[in-house]
Amino acid sequence: MKDMSIAGPFPFSAIVGQDEMKRAMILTAVDSGIGGVLVFGDRGTGKSTAVRGLAALLPPIEAIAGCPVNSEHITDVPDWVVLADDANVQKPTPVIDLPLGATEDRVVGALDIEKALTKGEKAFEPGLLARANRGYLYIDEVNLLEDHLVDLLLDVAQSGQNVVEREGLSIRHAARFVLVGSGNPEEGELRPQLLDRFGLSVEVESPRDIDVRIDVIRRRDAYDRDPAAFCAEWRGADADLRAKIVTARARLDEVEADDSALRDCAELCLALGSDGLRGELTLLRAARALAAFEDDTSVTRDHLRLVAPTALRHRLRRDPLDEAGSTTRVTRVVEEVLG
Amino acid sequence: MSGAETRWQGVNLAVACLALDPGAMGGMWIRARVGPVRDQLEDGLKTAFQGLKLRRIAPSMPDDALFGGIDLASTLDTGVLTKTAGILTQADVLLLPMAERVEPGLAGRLANALDRQRNLALIAFDEGSEPGEHAPDALTDRLAIHVDLSDHPFSDAPELAIDLEALNKARAVLPTIQISESVIAELAEVAARLGIRSLRAPLQALAVARASAALSGADEVEEADLLTAIELVLAPRATQMPDAQENKDDDTPPPPEDVPDDAQDSDPEEQLDLPPIEILLEAARAMLPPDLLARLTAGKAQRSASAAGSGAKKAGNRRGRPLPPRAGRMGGHARVDLVATLRTAAPWQTIRRNTTGIHDRVHVRMSDIRLRRFQETSDRAIIFVVDASGSAAMARLAEAKGAVELLLSEAYARRDHVALVAFRGDGSDVLLPPTRSLVQTKRRLASLPGGGGTPLASGLKAAMELAALARSKGMTPSVALLTDGRANVDLTGTANRAQAGEDATSMARIIRANGLPGLVIDTGMRPTRGLDALARDMGVPYLPLPRADSRSLSRAVDAALTP
Repeated sequence: MKDMSIAGPFPFSAIVGQDEMKRAMILTAVDSGIGGVLVFGDRGTGKSTAVRGLAALLPPIEAIAGCPVNSEHITDVPDWVVLADDANVQKPTPVIDLPLGATEDRVVGALDIEKALTKGEKAFEPGLLARANRGYLYIDEVNLLEDHLVDLLLDVAQSGQNVVEREGLSIRHAARFVLVGSGNPEEGELRPQLLDRFGLSVEVESPRDIDVRIDVIRRRDAYDRDPAAFCAEWRGADADLRAKIVTARARLDEVEADDSALRDCAELCLALGSDGLRGELTLLRAARALAAFEDDTSVTRDHLRLVAPTALRHRLRRDPLDEAGSTTRVTRVVEEVLG
Repeated sequence: MSGAETRWQGVNLAVACLALDPGAMGGMWIRARVGPVRDQLEDGLKTAFQGLKLRRIAPSMPDDALFGGIDLASTLDTGVLTKTAGILTQADVLLLPMAERVEPGLAGRLANALDRQRNLALIAFDEGSEPGEHAPDALTDRLAIHVDLSDHPFSDAPELAIDLEALNKARAVLPTIQISESVIAELAEVAARLGIRSLRAPLQALAVARASAALSGADEVEEADLLTAIELVLAPRATQMPDAQENKDDDTPPPPEDVPDDAQDSDPEEQLDLPPIEILLEAARAMLPPDLLARLTAGKAQRSASAAGSGAKKAGNRRGRPLPPRAGRMGGHARVDLVATLRTAAPWQTIRRNTTGIHDRVHVRMSDIRLRRFQETSDRAIIFVVDASGSAAMARLAEAKGAVELLLSEAYARRDHVALVAFRGDGSDVLLPPTRSLVQTKRRLASLPGGGGTPLASGLKAAMELAALARSKGMTPSVALLTDGRANVDLTGTANRAQAGEDATSMARIIRANGLPGLVIDTGMRPTRGLDALARDMGVPYLPLPRADSRSLSRAVDAALTP
């Protein structure tokens, strides 16, 4: 544990292959409004590694030091917080792990047992959702999460607010976070309602190409043997990527999406028969973020083509006889519509 | 030397390798029942791990004990917040007996801890007896060395030979072991050819090879070390026989006359030219468990069964039929049974008042806490798929309808839900979504249309969708198919006997892959050809039941689907 904190996790830019997953994660870093990433795939393909690498990569946020929900301004601090320190500090972008067995109390927050037991005070102890505000909430094995927690997360992710009403406590605070879920589909599917709430979804599989596999092992082995040296080697690449993300964030509003791009989005979703308008909106936002990241001024068909599978594949109605899977269906339709 | 002895030596080597660098290997997964063999192994591990902190954990341990939390008892006693450090933060090596009982949640957290604490290793003793009963994959994937002793013949195994001095010496040279580029490539290739998809495996194999080289006193990883790594890490994970395609090439032999000459010329050359990877693969093939193929098919079937989703929870402490409360600790998921707790505390009141000198309150101690427990059984959902085609349709539908109503009349006691799908003409209709309401059923089934082709696949597909729906609501669905005909309308609604048959077969296989139980009832006067094959494809029993009336039908369904 100790050497991890000094050397940092495996660098994001050192991850071999898995371009779609990396792209999806970068897009949520550029525009957090895209609404989360779902990473489904084989074990040992670097899902968790990517999330932890992303955390180290992201630029720090400005926040009030003593605020448990990472408020940016002193006016945003919830009224139940007793501020011990109101200085403005830089914090690393929070990436909070939601462990599978977490209780509801731990997630949303509950009565502070310490204060209740020792001083008899009724105080609120913020949960994981509070800590994840303005950052990422990472759920490994999201498909094994208990249903009531999933419902609760959906609700909070949707409203951006966490409300706790219990044991005479009535607390609310901002909870805007990017939900990152990962899992192995062999262990159970995710409910369609939850699938739909994730903005992007990625299917990862372990690389088939033997050279790529060798590269993965070589880098991981180098990291394991000397994490500090390995991280130092990749620090430059990570810094470049970080700078690119920061620039893209600033440029996001300037990227234009003209009517033809909107039409393309609508036609794609129509042809795929994805329910609701969420598909169109996410597709457009993702394409715009990609354009900003690639330093383009407007959304083009190339952007749409790249992000369409990521933004749409989990929104299709499942067809049990279609063994090709939804990715192929999306690619086919993208070819038909965008030419 | 007998096979068993060789294997035992392999285990010995595995323990020595693991002891060199437990953190890098993540640990060891041992499939063995409790017995002298396992005891010997455990003793050997304890010897080998001298100097490291070994802690025993159990699958039933609460999270705060494992990962740390508030010590309620001493906090209540002293009035000062006391935290417990979790076992995981204090240990280097965890021993986990009964690993097959680990729930996915705990497996996830343990896996996470293994990922984060680089010096932590876990030794999982898996006592699962059935092929499908084993520790969760999320955990085993992170444990480098897999050892299967479940059919080990020794009732009393010899002691493991652990040379501590040699271990210490090897540990010192471990960081200096050189690894050539080709070693990484070879391990990656062997893993890929054995069908191991996880990239953790070749990495772990690399760590084992390195340890093995250190043990043998070499300063570089050599072929023997690679073989050790393959034996301990890669071979047990194989999901395919290596080189299925290249074997096929060999199967088409050149003209036999030329063989002797060729063999003489090429044999020595081949020995030299044979790429090292082929030698390794050849060795790996010999190490593969002999029942690999059988295990693979079993593994697939059992995977589909475990993918049932989150509906079929059996026990909990939230709802369901109450069970007697039992002693436990507060916190987490538990709900305190207040009455039972007070009842336990009651007899002690006088004693506690006298010992503490406090007389104005009820003295409740941690040991008094009783937790609520409930047992919950998930509801059954029986989906009838009824052939409404052809001449016998009316009679068959009436029987099915009668059976549905009979089952429903007992539904309340049995927690059954019943659904009805009819297929005829060019498609299928869900006549009745899963329900327990007799009134609603009678109203909806009052009139049933019949006649037309037999779109069997479409009916099965509708049933499967219903089953998925029922599952998502926490029910346990099963499918009862009633028909006397062969499929002659395909999924698109076109009359095409060949395509229809194929569609039906592939739907049946999908049903089986989804782990849906059920049965196929042949209502024809004579057994219909192909229906028993369909039942086999679905993985369900086949039951000829000519002239079935409602009562015998409901009885047969009930008997077949009651576990």
